[in-house]
Amino acid sequence: MNPTPASTQAPARASVPAAPPGAALALGDDALVLSHRLGEWAGHAPVLEEEVALANIALDLLGQARFLLSLVGDEDELAYLREERAFRNVQLVEQPNGDFAHTIARQLYFSTYQELLYGQLTAGDGPFAPLAAKAVKEVAYHRDHAEHWTLRLGDGTEESHRRMQTALDALWRFTGELFDPLDRLDVDVSALRDGWLALITRTVGQATLTLPTGPQSGAWTAGAGRQGIHTEPFGRMLAEMQHLHRSHPGATW
Amino acid sequence: MTTTAPDARTYEAVFDATVAADERIEPRDWMPDAYRASLVRQIAQHAHSEIIGMQPEANWITRAPSLRRKAILMAKVQDEAGHGLYLYSAAETLGTGRDELLDKLHSGRQKYSSIFNYPTLTWADVGAIGWLVDGAAITNQVPLCRCSYGPYARAMVRICKEESFHQRQGYELLLTLSRGTEAQHAMAQDAVDRWWWPSLMMFGPPDDESAHSAQSMAWKIKRHSNDELRQRFVDICVPQAESLGLALPDPGLRWNEERGHHDFGAIDWDEFHEVLRGNGPCNEERISRRRQAHEEGAWVREAAAAHARKHGGTPGEARA
Repeated sequence: MNPTPASTQAPARASVPAAPPGAALALGDDALVLSHRLGEWAGHAPVLEEEVALANIALDLLGQARFLLSLVGDEDELAYLREERAFRNVQLVEQPNGDFAHTIARQLYFSTYQELLYGQLTAGDGPFAPLAAKAVKEVAYHRDHAEHWTLRLGDGTEESHRRMQTALDALWRFTGELFDPLDRLDVDVSALRDGWLALITRTVGQATLTLPTGPQSGAWTAGAGRQGIHTEPFGRMLAEMQHLHRSHPGATW
Repeated sequence: MTTTAPDARTYEAVFDATVAADERIEPRDWMPDAYRASLVRQIAQHAHSEIIGMQPEANWITRAPSLRRKAILMAKVQDEAGHGLYLYSAAETLGTGRDELLDKLHSGRQKYSSIFNYPTLTWADVGAIGWLVDGAAITNQVPLCRCSYGPYARAMVRICKEESFHQRQGYELLLTLSRGTEAQHAMAQDAVDRWWWPSLMMFGPPDDESAHSAQSMAWKIKRHSNDELRQRFVDICVPQAESLGLALPDPGLRWNEERGHHDFGAIDWDEFHEVLRGNGPCNEERISRRRQAHEEGAWVREAAAAHARKHGGTPGEARA
């Protein structure tokens, strides 16, 4: 709520070693798509404070997306002119908002992953270190926000407990993909997976909820989001997002 | 806080002297019941306008045509939620809680600015809202920074700073469209054509028909009349429209050397009253959407309250 919110501008590009475009695109698409989904909440949040909080998270993610996509090419061309099959985000982030519990479960799974990932990237001096150093602080807040709501909903009323458990179970099968190795990204994937599982297990337990037991990925061998295979709602999301930009080829906004 | 005191006349004299000296009335000060009621009405209407006003703009977040514009628009809609929070808090200092005010909004007993009953049909409407609607709001609100009630005046200082950023981004958005392709220019002109007259209505009915104006002026809640502010706004907009390369849809608009102001055409007050009565293009949608969000969020608020009871916090903390 500053007159010139820092998050409305993409972080300045520092001179860093060239980023592997595959990884930049994958992480950039994750942030772009989740930011878009959170933006859909505007005007619908269950309480005014959450209008502010969800917009805040969406803005952080959009800032990250703009930085990452700019490492690969023109941010608007990448966001608005690619077809569905060219997007490399995980399927988790494209899942529709559902009820507030679904949005919180998606946030819990993703922000926990993102905090650990950026934490690792901060440690090195690779091309993502400058972004990771800034983003890890933002994402720590996102994770804290999601954890607190998981606790309130899990250990709130009977209805909120049931909804939160349903949401955790429903999104569980999209979590395995978070740990697919990314091209030339210097990350210890098994430490990432173990750290993630430990944190999620702790929060879910504290919230008096049960850790889902099903498989963490779908059965289809064609692949998932990182290979450009998305779920049906994603196409409609892109149609809405890209329509205006595509209706005026070459225009400046 | 009780307003009946053994020595009410002394209290009233202190209140009158404070207002006359242009000093601030603070929450714990004695104030006339009617002053309190008038402030609650005005602050509530302002708070409701902020949260209803999120809808027409949020309508375009998912379709914003560039990532930069998307970030600006999201930040703006977020600011409006923040303004709602400050204003509901200012009303709370007068003894009226947010839940009660929201109930009154949802049941139609309190109003919000009628401007938000108009639809945002194209992307250019986002620019027109920033330039004209936020511009009119600023013209209305800058004098409120000197309002006699301290918490409201202080909230307005912060709000006006942010509104002025919104107004600039709206102007800049329209300028980009106006200088863009033919289709973009036409989109911008169409938006200004639709938003100009409703923006002029935002200043409220003419002075001789304004129900609350005289008393509010005497209490220094309000500092200028509706017609004065409307004239100020027109005078500001005319040169800005020229710089934008867009026409204002009023053939009667011309500089009056003698008055030192622009003359402008007659406002369609029938439209104003019809929209106020609920017959605007979006009255039903706006309030239904608000009620729906509130009802669908009930289980979340109940969960937060239940969790707070179990763990010794307050629902207020759980809200944050």
